[in-house]
Amino acid sequence: MSKELAPLSDPGLPEHIHRKADVDVRAAKKAERQVGILFLFSVLGTLLFVYAYLGIDEDAFIFVPVLGSTNAHQLFLGLGLAMALFFIGMAAVHWAKTLMPDHEVIDYRKEQRSKDEDREDFVSTVKDRANEAGLGRRPFIKRTMLLSLGLVGISPVLLLGDLGPLPGNDQKETNWKSGTRLVTDPGDRPIRPSDLEVGGVAQVQPELPAGKVRHLDDIAKDSVLLIRIRPEEFNLDAERLSWTYEGIIAFSKICSHMGCAVALYEQTTKHLLCPCHQSTFDVTRAAKVIFGPSARPLPQLAITVDSQGYLVAKQPFSEPVGPSFWGRNK
Amino acid sequence: MSARERVAGQVANYVDERTGSAKWLKKTLTKVFPDHWSFMLGEIVLYSFIILLLSGTFLTFWYDPSMREVEYEGSYQPLSGLKMSAAYASSLHISFDVRGGLLMRQIHHWAALIFMAAMVAHLMRVFFTGAFRKPREFNWIIGVGLLTLGIVEGFLGYSLPDDLLSGTGIRIAEAIIQAIPVVGSYLSFFIFGGAFPGEMFIQRIYVVHILLLPGIFLALITVHLMLVWYQKHTQYPGPGRTEKNVVGYPLMPTYMAKAGGFFFIVFGVTAFLGAVASINPIWIYGPYNPGQIGAGSQPDWYMGWLDGLVRMAPPLEAYIFGYTLSLNILIPGLIIPGIIFTGMALYPFIESWITGDKREHHLLDRPRNAPNRTALGAMSITFMLVTLINGGNDLLATHFDLSINQIMWFSRIGVIVLPPLAFVITKRICLSLQRADRELVLHGKETGRLVMLPHGEFIEVHEPLTPEKAYLLTQHEQLPALEANLSNEYGVRNPKAIRSKIRSRLSRSQAEQIAKPTANDVKELEGGHH
Repeated sequence: MSKELAPLSDPGLPEHIHRKADVDVRAAKKAERQVGILFLFSVLGTLLFVYAYLGIDEDAFIFVPVLGSTNAHQLFLGLGLAMALFFIGMAAVHWAKTLMPDHEVIDYRKEQRSKDEDREDFVSTVKDRANEAGLGRRPFIKRTMLLSLGLVGISPVLLLGDLGPLPGNDQKETNWKSGTRLVTDPGDRPIRPSDLEVGGVAQVQPELPAGKVRHLDDIAKDSVLLIRIRPEEFNLDAERLSWTYEGIIAFSKICSHMGCAVALYEQTTKHLLCPCHQSTFDVTRAAKVIFGPSARPLPQLAITVDSQGYLVAKQPFSEPVGPSFWGRNK
Repeated sequence: MSARERVAGQVANYVDERTGSAKWLKKTLTKVFPDHWSFMLGEIVLYSFIILLLSGTFLTFWYDPSMREVEYEGSYQPLSGLKMSAAYASSLHISFDVRGGLLMRQIHHWAALIFMAAMVAHLMRVFFTGAFRKPREFNWIIGVGLLTLGIVEGFLGYSLPDDLLSGTGIRIAEAIIQAIPVVGSYLSFFIFGGAFPGEMFIQRIYVVHILLLPGIFLALITVHLMLVWYQKHTQYPGPGRTEKNVVGYPLMPTYMAKAGGFFFIVFGVTAFLGAVASINPIWIYGPYNPGQIGAGSQPDWYMGWLDGLVRMAPPLEAYIFGYTLSLNILIPGLIIPGIIFTGMALYPFIESWITGDKREHHLLDRPRNAPNRTALGAMSITFMLVTLINGGNDLLATHFDLSINQIMWFSRIGVIVLPPLAFVITKRICLSLQRADRELVLHGKETGRLVMLPHGEFIEVHEPLTPEKAYLLTQHEQLPALEANLSNEYGVRNPKAIRSKIRSRLSRSQAEQIAKPTANDVKELEGGHH
């Protein structure tokens, strides 16, 4: 501050400018009327709401530009409520801005920090009280107390144990066994190779033993996508080629990235695309990842036909389906 | 004394004799609040929270938080007879068979979106004006906590209807949980009561959504407001406003009427949106089935950046001793958000470490006068925008006929290149604005009036600023950079020399300013001109 770095001086609060309603009785009267009218608009809104609730049929649809065909009951309930609320607000704000005092007031702050003597007083009080409790002098109590407090937390944590079962092998197993028939989803009908034309796609589930109901948990692991292309278009090694049947190849539909259903199949490029995060898999190359965040191909299900000519799984999936997890390769 | 005054007096007497609150209430009712439009952003957050509590309570009267399988028999014909969870069926019931139910659902959803948007806007206001500085660091941290919980609360909320879209979101959340090293699978099985989706999660997230998190919100918001009350509100700089005072309107009646009125306005606007703007039309998506999906699956906007990050992640997976580490999920899904939110929470402390400024601040900064902070804010916003764009890459691709691969590569490169670029550009803009302020104070406003001098030279007439304006443009502090402290006076090396060096380097960048005009500059100039 030595070398004339003084800031420009503070001219202080600008002079108060009176509003029209402060000096002109007629303007004040006008503002009063405006506030009242705004409150009345709100009353109209409530009336509209009551009318809509009682008087407009719940199934009545009307055409509103921009919105299209709209349920009149819901629309007018909403508009009535919106009006009723909005104009109360407008009235209050208008009232505050035109008629309530608009003199700026100055209040003073004090530093948050307490006075030094108060702080010292606080520290000595805490010390004294702690001494009176005698924790420092009685180490046995202190240690056993800390021990018991530390251990008491075990009980509630243990009680949470029944939130769920341990994973076990649940993440690695599906209902696909050697010889399990492929059935349509929906419909639960077994499929013959001839049911699927070249270029066709079908979603299938494993046929469940009689009496077993298919839960969402099953669908979350078992869903399989069948795709049929011309066999010469495959670019697979001998083993994977043997997992296909007459150009039909089967992949887990559960994305190897985060478990969404990989549902978009592009016939011309033979790519499968997951709509969640755009992982893209090449069907001709055993669902190799060609784009997007997934690190692994979709697991391929080996298929063949049984003695009656229906498509069946040759063997279970050779790897866990769905997103990765810590013990996936163990 | 009128009858009304007498009754009021009796009531006041009755209460005061039992609570002794007369003095406190008097002080409270005359409490001064500074006025500025940007102070209303936080109010919108509070009001939409109240709207959420009211509309949410209404919804709980019919919503059935159960995954029990039922057959739909309601009045929405296209889904008639379909098997679905009781949660989805009751959400449809609210939408089609409860009078005003759809309106309330839409008000609830719109209020949630406004809640989050206002929270982000409020955060930006607090950040760019430096309102988080001492003594308000606690409130900043509470705010970051509320934002984080808000994201979780919103996500759980739109998962409750158990439609195809929300189930897909839960599936993705489950994959993130499962990706956590060592404990991921266990956590997932505990949360879902077994393999995904199981039959438990709707009732569990319901309790978290309507009881646990709102309770925490209520407690945190109360503390947040009590601190604002106790520490008194910050104010924008200007003539008559100092670090030691607060200039504004008293609570009663002006501020009460304005704030109370504003609540009704926010509610009214939310109700209007609920009436005319369809949101989350769950009946179109159908019930959740893990084997199905809708194209263009999108989270709500405040989750979009996270989804965008996950989408742009490179396909990396690591294997350690045969165990799987899903880097493609962990990095964008947990590590980067963790760094962002921790950094945000710690920012007040980082800034005060760099500047060495440990004093209280109640006057807000004009963003241009804190170029580094403003540039850092612009950098963060740019990062969020790029990730948000990538979160909607499929929709952008279909709407604007772009290739999704191009958008993805734009985002992958942009998310690294654009934020630093935004930092540099913003800092230059801030310094230019400071230069412009300096020009204004020293030479006044350009009037556009040209005058020809007797000897034929043309000059433009400049009009001097009002003292108020000139004060506003020069009232801020310009702190000098901190020097590095490498060794003490005896030449002994400072054990923390490296830290000190880093700090000094940051501090020099922080202190880069255009020198503001001083009283002396103005005087000299006036002497020279006239």
